[in-house]
Amino acid sequence: MSDNIEKKVSEPLLSKKRKQLVSNPMDTDNPITIQVLGICSALAVTIALEGTVIMALAVFFVLVLANVLISAMRNTIPNRIRIIVQLVVVASLVAVVDQVLRAYAYEQSKALSVFVGLIITNCIVMGRLEAFAMGNKPWDSFLDGVGNAVGYGWIIIAIAFVRELFGAGKLFGQQVLPDSYIGNGFFATPAAACIILGLIIWILRAKSGYVED
Amino acid sequence: MKFLRDQVDKLKPHFSEGGKLSMLHSSFDALETFLFVPNHTTKNGAHIRDGIDLKRTMFIVVIALIPALLFGMWNLGFQFHKATGVDASLMDNFLIGLIHTLPIILVSYGVGLGIEMAFAQFRGHPVNEGFLVSGLLIPMVMPADVPLWMVGVATAFAVIIGKEVFGGTGMNLLNPALTARMFLYIGYTPKMSGEECWTPIADGVATVDSYSGATTLGNIASASAKSEGWSENLFSWKTSMMDSIIGTVPGSIGETSVVAILIGAVILIAAGIGSWKIMLSTILGGLFMGWIMDIAGNGNAWTEMPAYYHLIIGGFMFGAVFMATDPVSAAQTGRGKWIYGFLIGVLTVLIRVFNPGYPEGIMMAILLMNVFAPLIDYYVVQSNIKTRLKRVKVQ
Repeated sequence: MSDNIEKKVSEPLLSKKRKQLVSNPMDTDNPITIQVLGICSALAVTIALEGTVIMALAVFFVLVLANVLISAMRNTIPNRIRIIVQLVVVASLVAVVDQVLRAYAYEQSKALSVFVGLIITNCIVMGRLEAFAMGNKPWDSFLDGVGNAVGYGWIIIAIAFVRELFGAGKLFGQQVLPDSYIGNGFFATPAAACIILGLIIWILRAKSGYVED
Repeated sequence: MKFLRDQVDKLKPHFSEGGKLSMLHSSFDALETFLFVPNHTTKNGAHIRDGIDLKRTMFIVVIALIPALLFGMWNLGFQFHKATGVDASLMDNFLIGLIHTLPIILVSYGVGLGIEMAFAQFRGHPVNEGFLVSGLLIPMVMPADVPLWMVGVATAFAVIIGKEVFGGTGMNLLNPALTARMFLYIGYTPKMSGEECWTPIADGVATVDSYSGATTLGNIASASAKSEGWSENLFSWKTSMMDSIIGTVPGSIGETSVVAILIGAVILIAAGIGSWKIMLSTILGGLFMGWIMDIAGNGNAWTEMPAYYHLIIGGFMFGAVFMATDPVSAAQTGRGKWIYGFLIGVLTVLIRVFNPGYPEGIMMAILLMNVFAPLIDYYVVQSNIKTRLKRVKVQ
């Protein structure tokens, strides 16, 4: 990625390489299914779709902005304290998200409880800052943040879809399966999320042929 | 017999290599070996005294399960007639049980074998007999009143998630039958525990006044929750210890009778299929922890109950004899088996006494120790290596 910094000729805004910055994390380099990061929140918040979508949006906001901010500051951050600087930026953004949720979606903020705060320690956020934003320009970092946040978001929304549908027969709190359907309590446990995630990983890797070294 | 043999032989060329149906040869082989003894002859290795194969292993377990199954069927009818206050003959009792048990067995085998065959076809390996035992164990750990679709879903879950994702028979970490039960227990708790599920009484059928349907485990758990002490009245139906040993109490279909299970245990041990070390150490573990609870107890029904009662109530014996000894998911080393079984017994009593949400602990204890079995084996092997290395004299 270092050649990115030294490049003098300006690249088109959405060159092929930049498009891949967005598309790769959604599929072939997905933070959850390939890198297996951010599993904790993927298991914990995915019991219902509504909260999961809010969580995905919160991570989107934090990840994209943190990526841009850190990338803009990257040349002024002393190397020895870079983790602390990153944490301060992420923590401030998470505090903003948390306050907004409390003000406008109090019920959901209560349901998500500590997991909004725990975005600070989400491996995907820290991982992207360390691996990408510290070495790339703000626009590239923005695209990378978008790609990874969406890649994270669609997986947890897929898990939440299965869990809410089979666990309660509902989607977004609305009954979709017939009333005679008996909700399966197993899908309400994080263990079910783990199994569903495993199945998603299985399907995606069977399709792409990716194998762990 | 000759006719059948001829028919199978006539069909065989179609399924062997090059035939037009050769892609289905796994299923055909499965059918053929069910009907006839395979005609594979020994080509070498005459020093092997007993070429026991998976099929015979599995069949002996099935035979060992028969006493508990037959008794469970009879007991189901017995419970039904006792609850409705009807005097019934042995045959009547048995028929009621058969009517309720047979569909569960058929669903379990149908779904499980269907999935196994599909996976075998897909992977191109022969259908093996791994499901023969699981398919019978699953109905035996179900309450009689369980809806059939639940049995189907749980069986599918157990076979796919519990077994096939790990690579099929012989590769599974967890006992498939207990995985199925665990799935239902957590997924549909009201259908799997409480007072309603053990006896198949339709809505609106009048029951006798003394009927409650609660199991001994349930009674003790609720008494303990209220900090009440132990008394013999807590046996379900206010019966006695003897009834719990014979098995005329409500419970999952196959688990109630200690006597029938012990007959199965004798068959398993005599045939060298089930490990007596695991059975014995599980019982010792349960007794040991029960004894500690008796000494250190704080005066509720669970801790006041004499330790040996732990062995005869609930599914303890069934788990110890048929579930813990599953050769695939249990520990493999000799010393490992002692540790594995002992910890199952200890954990069972711990879960029973301290976890108010789960009156029965043997299911979770076995599943948990299944997960730890490879670790136990690893350390047993490592310690063997260490002791032997000490004996090595370096010149």
